[in-house]
Amino acid sequence: MKEKLQAIREKAMEQMGKATSLEHLNEIRVAVLGKKGELTQVLKSMKDVAPEDRPKVGQMVNEARQAIEEKLEAETAAIRRRLREEKMKAEVIDVTLPGTRNLQGHRHPNQIALDDLERVFIGMGYEVVEGPEVEYDHYNFELLNIPANHPAKDEQDTFYITKEILLRTQTSPVQARVMETGRMPIRIIAPGRVFRSDEVDATHSPSFHQVEGLVVDRGITFADLKGTLEQFAKEFFGPDTKVKFRPHHFPFTEPSAEVDVSCFKCGGKGCRMCKGSGWIEILGCGMVHPKVLRDCGIDPEVYQGFAFGIGLERVALLKYEIDDMRLLYENDVRFLRQF
Amino acid sequence: MNTPISWIKAYVPDLDVDVQEYVDAMTLSGSNVETYTQMDKNLDRIVVGRIETIEKHPDADKLVVCQVDVGAGEPIQIVTGAPNIAVGNVVPVVLDGGKVAGGHDGGELPENGIKIKKGKLRGVVSNGMMCSIEELGSSREMYPEAPENGIYIFGDDAGVAPGDDAVEALGLHDAVVEFEITSNRVDCFSMIGMAREAAATFRKEFHAPAIAETGNGENVSDYIQVEVQDRDLCPRYTARVVKNIRLAPSPKWMQRRLAAMGIRPINNIVDITNYVMEEYGQPMHAYDLDTIAGRRIVVRRAQDGDTFVTLDGQTRKLDADVLMICDAEKEIGLAGIMGGENSMVTDQMTTMLFEAACFDGTNIRLSSRRIGLRTDASGKFEKGIEPQRALDAINRACQLVEELGAGEVVGGVIDVCEPIQPLTRLPFEPERMNALLGTDVAPETMLEYFRRLELEYDEKTNEIIVPAFRQDIGCMADLAEEVARFYGYDNIPTTLPHGEATAGKLSFKGRVENVARDVAEQNGFCGGMCYSFESPKVFDKLLMPEDAPERKTIVLSNPLGEDYSIMRTVPLNGMLTSLATNANRRNKDVRLYELGNVYLPKELPLTELPDEKMELTLGMYGQGDFFTLKGVAEQLFARLGLSGHETYEPTREYPFLHPGRQARIMLDGTEAGYLGQVHPEVCDNYDMKETAYLAVLHMDVITENATFDRKYEGIARYPAITRDLSLLMPKEIFVGEVEKVIRKKGGALLESVSLFDVYEGDRIDAGMKSVAYSMVFRAKDRSLEAGDVNPVVEKILAELEKMGIQIRS
Repeated sequence: MKEKLQAIREKAMEQMGKATSLEHLNEIRVAVLGKKGELTQVLKSMKDVAPEDRPKVGQMVNEARQAIEEKLEAETAAIRRRLREEKMKAEVIDVTLPGTRNLQGHRHPNQIALDDLERVFIGMGYEVVEGPEVEYDHYNFELLNIPANHPAKDEQDTFYITKEILLRTQTSPVQARVMETGRMPIRIIAPGRVFRSDEVDATHSPSFHQVEGLVVDRGITFADLKGTLEQFAKEFFGPDTKVKFRPHHFPFTEPSAEVDVSCFKCGGKGCRMCKGSGWIEILGCGMVHPKVLRDCGIDPEVYQGFAFGIGLERVALLKYEIDDMRLLYENDVRFLRQF
Repeated sequence: MNTPISWIKAYVPDLDVDVQEYVDAMTLSGSNVETYTQMDKNLDRIVVGRIETIEKHPDADKLVVCQVDVGAGEPIQIVTGAPNIAVGNVVPVVLDGGKVAGGHDGGELPENGIKIKKGKLRGVVSNGMMCSIEELGSSREMYPEAPENGIYIFGDDAGVAPGDDAVEALGLHDAVVEFEITSNRVDCFSMIGMAREAAATFRKEFHAPAIAETGNGENVSDYIQVEVQDRDLCPRYTARVVKNIRLAPSPKWMQRRLAAMGIRPINNIVDITNYVMEEYGQPMHAYDLDTIAGRRIVVRRAQDGDTFVTLDGQTRKLDADVLMICDAEKEIGLAGIMGGENSMVTDQMTTMLFEAACFDGTNIRLSSRRIGLRTDASGKFEKGIEPQRALDAINRACQLVEELGAGEVVGGVIDVCEPIQPLTRLPFEPERMNALLGTDVAPETMLEYFRRLELEYDEKTNEIIVPAFRQDIGCMADLAEEVARFYGYDNIPTTLPHGEATAGKLSFKGRVENVARDVAEQNGFCGGMCYSFESPKVFDKLLMPEDAPERKTIVLSNPLGEDYSIMRTVPLNGMLTSLATNANRRNKDVRLYELGNVYLPKELPLTELPDEKMELTLGMYGQGDFFTLKGVAEQLFARLGLSGHETYEPTREYPFLHPGRQARIMLDGTEAGYLGQVHPEVCDNYDMKETAYLAVLHMDVITENATFDRKYEGIARYPAITRDLSLLMPKEIFVGEVEKVIRKKGGALLESVSLFDVYEGDRIDAGMKSVAYSMVFRAKDRSLEAGDVNPVVEKILAELEKMGIQIRS
């Protein structure tokens, strides 16, 4: 009995050692451990063994079974590992082949500049509002301290529809509309399309975009205007940006200023983009004229405010170094796909 | 406004800064510098020389060899080909190693000038060069005494000696600064206005020209009478007479100043007129008194239909709003714009009438535009000159006439003047000014700034008295700006607004539009921009019927041209034009989107503002088809919480789309847009060979329904039962109908239905198509069994059968 068991065990061990596939191993398992397997047969013949020997023989059978099962498991694992290695070897790819891309759309550079700008001002507590593009003369001019016969009203600048209705020439009428609602405090930006009757060329378009800003509250000062625009410039153009305020004139603000930022291409050393000056003009601003406040129903003795207007195309053209404004309206995908 | 620094220094003698310093400081105090020209930038080692001898060049007929005394002991030898020199001439000489500004031909000046080195000309040593005025960077226009072709020769009056700085002698050590003057600062369109600003900026004293009394013992009224009929357009008219005119060139200093401004010196009388116009910003006019009929000036409006010949020989059409200067018989000048040919000053003139008047600025501007004639004078008047200035200017001019010996000034001044408004007085409120600026400037400091600007302080009333030339100052904020300018914008602190916090946010509409952009871009569409105005012809190109409501458009009264004359009511033209542009440039697989307004008038002509409706327009050609676009729409609705609220109705209603390939998009029963293949004829109209697709989504309808609210609905815990349906149906039934039935009859247990196959072809009857759906049934509270689902499927099939749809075996 003992010898027989030993023989079964050794034979099985040897066969398993030589097995090259999972199928082969399985055949061995069935032949030895299966219902009709050799070891199972031995167990079945236990009835022929003397009762006092049965525990010992039983133990021997179990030992043999355990050893065979362990070996079986180890060999199975080894073969699996080998098969996986072989498979992976066959699966080598050329990683230098080009990647697969989805057809990806692109945002218009003007819109990217606007998104950036809105992000900065929303972070500073500004609400984004809109006003009509077809506007009354009353809002576009009169309420902004631009009376009849002011040169800015000349037909050469403004597209008129009727005597009273025109295409807005600036986003400033939104200021007047917001102030008229009387809700205080005011902290808004108003982006939008504006129109001037300029012939199309590399630097002019009869339709372009501005972003208006307006803050009205008690105790708002010119210093607040400076601080706000300086923070904007640093957020928008980079933390090292320097800001210069130059006195200027706008009918609806007093005092007024034009704002230059240090050239974001050369950092202020002077280059072609800033025409050697190191500075780039980006916006106009000022304290809301007391007459404008009063005409919009706000008491200038109580409230003060500041306003600013940014030319969006100007910023986008400068930021992306686009040399011809016409590209913005041509919608050639070779242009649009660069952003 | 061009200002030579030398001229500014005439009124601010203590001004001692270099050009860069001047330009920077003036900009920061409010006079923005556009550009400046340093006239001696490329002039180096140029001295006065006297020609001692001239000999023929041994080897060249056209050259001569000169010995020139340049004040350095031994004369130097210079070879020249100049035709106009003689022994004894005093000329500018550039020495070896020096530089001149340009060539003798007066062409464009090279950026860095031209270096002059000693060398040999045809074998003879030349140690420098005698200069023409062009080589010195100027022209005969500005230096009329210079010869037409040759070396500049100093006159006896120049008072120069060999070795002197020739650039200095010619007044070229100067810089001309071009200021951008804002429209409110009328006073700065004059030399004394800019000088006043310069003095205040650099805290130096300003010396206005001292105007002495002039005139002989006669009375001007014996020479001329003035009547102003239209006083609303001419609040002041002053006139003086000069007799025994002695026309001659004006002195060099005056010529140089005018030359630096770009004004060509002509003769003493014309130069004085121009000089005073620049000095005071007050245009003046000179008439030949002998041409004035009746010795009488009448200022009145013209009559509609009149014509008038201006001194440039052009015939001008007049109307009743044009102000004219007339004599007893005829019109002799367009007031404030240009004089007439009939009263022009000539070399033969012996007696002259000087006019300095105040005309209504707006009227001059509008008249000059209607007539189509803009002059230096009208450009100055249209800004609105205060009446005080005229008298100063005319007296200054007469003073110069006497100083220059240009004639004999007749005593007295004609001055027809409306009552002059008293000067503006504003309370001096230093606290309020500081509160506006966010500064802490001492009241005394403010008063010091004001003093330099000639804003007088009346201590008794605590008021600031605004001088007449500062028409821009009318309230506290205006005074605060003066404080800010001279305190320095740079010195004002930077703070942030405090007070009640506000929530920064995009509007809901803005958020929805951002989602639209995201979805379009994720699907390969690039953002474009199109014009809001277009041609009325676009409706024909889009095959829109004559009575289409879209043809009711807003028309601009002054468009850039017919192609830009109407406000768009449909957003298609810009998109189709852009697609065609891309197609014609052979760009492949083009997808574009635009978010922009259309303008729908409520009534025409406009009496109130139109509806501005935001449209999302998608256009594409190349890769993809109708269903690509439909997928974008579906994705947009899903992102906005509107999945399942939209339907796509087959229609033939949009004339610009392929009649068999278009759908109206409905959102809960309201039209939310449309999509389809572009009608081939429309493609032809846009000269586009590609098959293109368009979708337009009405953002107003979508925004109204959109929501960003989401509620967690749980993830299904119980297994689903899937049933596939293979159907055989007539071709003309749209699958949308089938899906509607499945959803309706599927009831609460139907979780989803999806179409996975459509087949038309040989294996089935003609006129039929086979479609296959996969339906998923699930309950939230239990595992479904066949017994739950079978009756539902039967109900669906029964309903489909009514439509003539069979289950396919």
